Amino acid sequence: MFTNMKYLSEFRDSGLTARLVERIHRRPSIPVNLMEVCGTHTVAMFRHGIRQLLPRHVSMVSGPGCPVCVTANRDVDWAIAVARQPEVVLATFGDMLKVPGSSSSLQQARAEGCQVRVVYSTLDALRIAQSHPKKKVVFFGIGFETTAPTVACSMLEAEQSDLRNYYVFSVHKVMPPPMRALVESGEVRIDGFLCPGHVSAIIGSEPYRFLARDHGVPCVVSGFEPVDILQSIDMLLAMRAEGKAEVEIQYRRVVRPEGNPLAVEQMYRVLEPCDAEWRGLGTIPGSGLQIRKEYARFDARLAFQIDPGPTREHPGCRCGEVLRGVIAPPSCPLFGRICTPENPVGPCMVSGEGTCSSWYSFGGAE
Amino acid sequence: MIIDRVLLAHGSGGRLSAELIETVFVAAFGNPALDRMDDSAVLDLAAFAPWASKGSPGASQGESDTSLITPNPRLAITTDSHVVKPLFFEGGDIGRLAVCGTVNDLAMAGARPLYLAAGFILEEGLPIATLMQVVASMKEAAAEAGVSVVAGDTKVVERGGADGLFITTTGVGLVPPGVDVSGSNARPGDAVLLSGSIGDHGIAVLSRREGLEFRVPVASDVAPLNHLVDTMLRVCPGIRALRDPTRGGLATTLNEIATRSGVAIRIEEALIPVHATVQAACEMLGYDPLYVANEGKLVAVAPAEEAARLLEAMRQTRYGEGARQIGTVLSEPTGKVLMKTAIGGTRVVQTLMGEMLPRIC
Repeated sequence: MFTNMKYLSEFRDSGLTARLVERIHRRPSIPVNLMEVCGTHTVAMFRHGIRQLLPRHVSMVSGPGCPVCVTANRDVDWAIAVARQPEVVLATFGDMLKVPGSSSSLQQARAEGCQVRVVYSTLDALRIAQSHPKKKVVFFGIGFETTAPTVACSMLEAEQSDLRNYYVFSVHKVMPPPMRALVESGEVRIDGFLCPGHVSAIIGSEPYRFLARDHGVPCVVSGFEPVDILQSIDMLLAMRAEGKAEVEIQYRRVVRPEGNPLAVEQMYRVLEPCDAEWRGLGTIPGSGLQIRKEYARFDARLAFQIDPGPTREHPGCRCGEVLRGVIAPPSCPLFGRICTPENPVGPCMVSGEGTCSSWYSFGGAE
Repeated sequence: MIIDRVLLAHGSGGRLSAELIETVFVAAFGNPALDRMDDSAVLDLAAFAPWASKGSPGASQGESDTSLITPNPRLAITTDSHVVKPLFFEGGDIGRLAVCGTVNDLAMAGARPLYLAAGFILEEGLPIATLMQVVASMKEAAAEAGVSVVAGDTKVVERGGADGLFITTTGVGLVPPGVDVSGSNARPGDAVLLSGSIGDHGIAVLSRREGLEFRVPVASDVAPLNHLVDTMLRVCPGIRALRDPTRGGLATTLNEIATRSGVAIRIEEALIPVHATVQAACEMLGYDPLYVANEGKLVAVAPAEEAARLLEAMRQTRYGEGARQIGTVLSEPTGKVLMKTAIGGTRVVQTLMGEMLPRIC
């Protein structure tokens, strides 16, 4: 609808943002650490220059909500190894191309002649499978609950059309478990969460309730425009000032408390929770999604016996600490020197929504 | 037998090649220099003799010297290859792009574009009707710009060797006396002007390529800017720099100027025009309009006191109607471009690194 255009201008209105900034400044000056989990929020805050508008006692810490950044080295190695099989076409989102694995990257593999195709969605991957019946198309399934339902649907679609050469290498992950892990580790004090807007559009606001109830951390599900983010920060500060810890939705135009039950149903029809390894956070129980037995024929892990060899991390890379919010990118000795978007050492610098990449691209204005 | 597609034989240099050249290229571009069909076009520059000033070395007082080796007139030359996919998109095509891209590169050096040479790499199987459509578009663009296509080349490659059609255009022009426009001339205090909305071309091409449809379609802004530049230089001969923000967008162009001139540039987001559809498309894909290509816009750096007059003249000229001042040149931080965001914050605007990729979630 053409009226949707108005959401952009209304939620970027500088009069509104000025009033919200003023409100934030009038709140009691207690130091707070607020974590924005989602990479898109990190980028949005930089893009609109929100950090400088906040009072000094409000610190924004970036979290692990970038699916590219948290993909384990071992999984990247696996994808590269499967792409090296001559009969395989690896279909992947563009952002994964440059992520360095232990010794190579998908981009390098492609340059060596492996068939690696960038796709915008699983529909493209299905089409490639349909038009190349002699090839085995493996879709590199990364992404959180925003993306996982569509990948689940792609397997339902493949089943419907009896597609025999389509596989999914699922490294999908779900959002609430790492937030629990961060809060329970106590490594960084988190006084409030800016919750991911689009993940929540799928899962709703209930999955975050345990953070407020069991750990006393207020949560606000936030949209991505400047007004959304500033309003959400103000809502978190309000809760802290009142000693309240609840889960509230700021992004009302998109997120309902119950989320999108149909999408969730599709997702869990094909996928089920499993333990998953997160780069920088280690293995988090129940934080991943694997393909159910009933759909095993699409599971790339079963179809291909791959041993990618030992996993190696770059010695100086501190992506893990960045992802946990322990340090900001400029504190990493590699940042901007050896590790740049053209020559990334770790995934936080590769992804367009990675914390390090955001700091590199937009930072330095302060 | 009517040949309606390009065959490998069209590239062999024999009768078929000659026929293709006659029926497609000469028929469209025909001009005295081209019609002679020599290996090179020989061009008479007598009309520009007045540009060879009396002050050129080697010429005695009162004599005019038309030799091109003297400092005046100065020759500008540029070349560009065009491999855009798809060949046709809203607002233009590869032909228009091939002419305007090269005309504009000459204009941005302050040169008057005069002549183009065009090389074509044709893929076997390309419909000749398509080729003729592209050439007709080139002719129209060349006429609008006031340039002639005086030389050309054609090669044919096997099916699969080229995305239908690649075009390389080389252009020459002459720079009038007294004009010194360069990306390294910006000085602190100068005004930074933009001729109109950004992101149109890149989004128009992407929309067509990916089959994205918008209620209000975006058309490429591809256009020849030499007449606009002419007007601008007349009104303000002291323009320091001119650049057209093509690949890499406005952000990359401003960074280039800042680096080459050893200055900083500060722009304001609220002043940069972006069409609603371009904005929406960029939001959807996760692109930033600052990095999207333009093919009919220019950035000008001019002394601050000239800005108002220059803008007024631009707004009265075709392709300059949307001209605005978007920022100023500062002395530091050297080499950086800063932007005051629409909500009053500040951010750094980096050069485009790598490719722009659409967002995942």
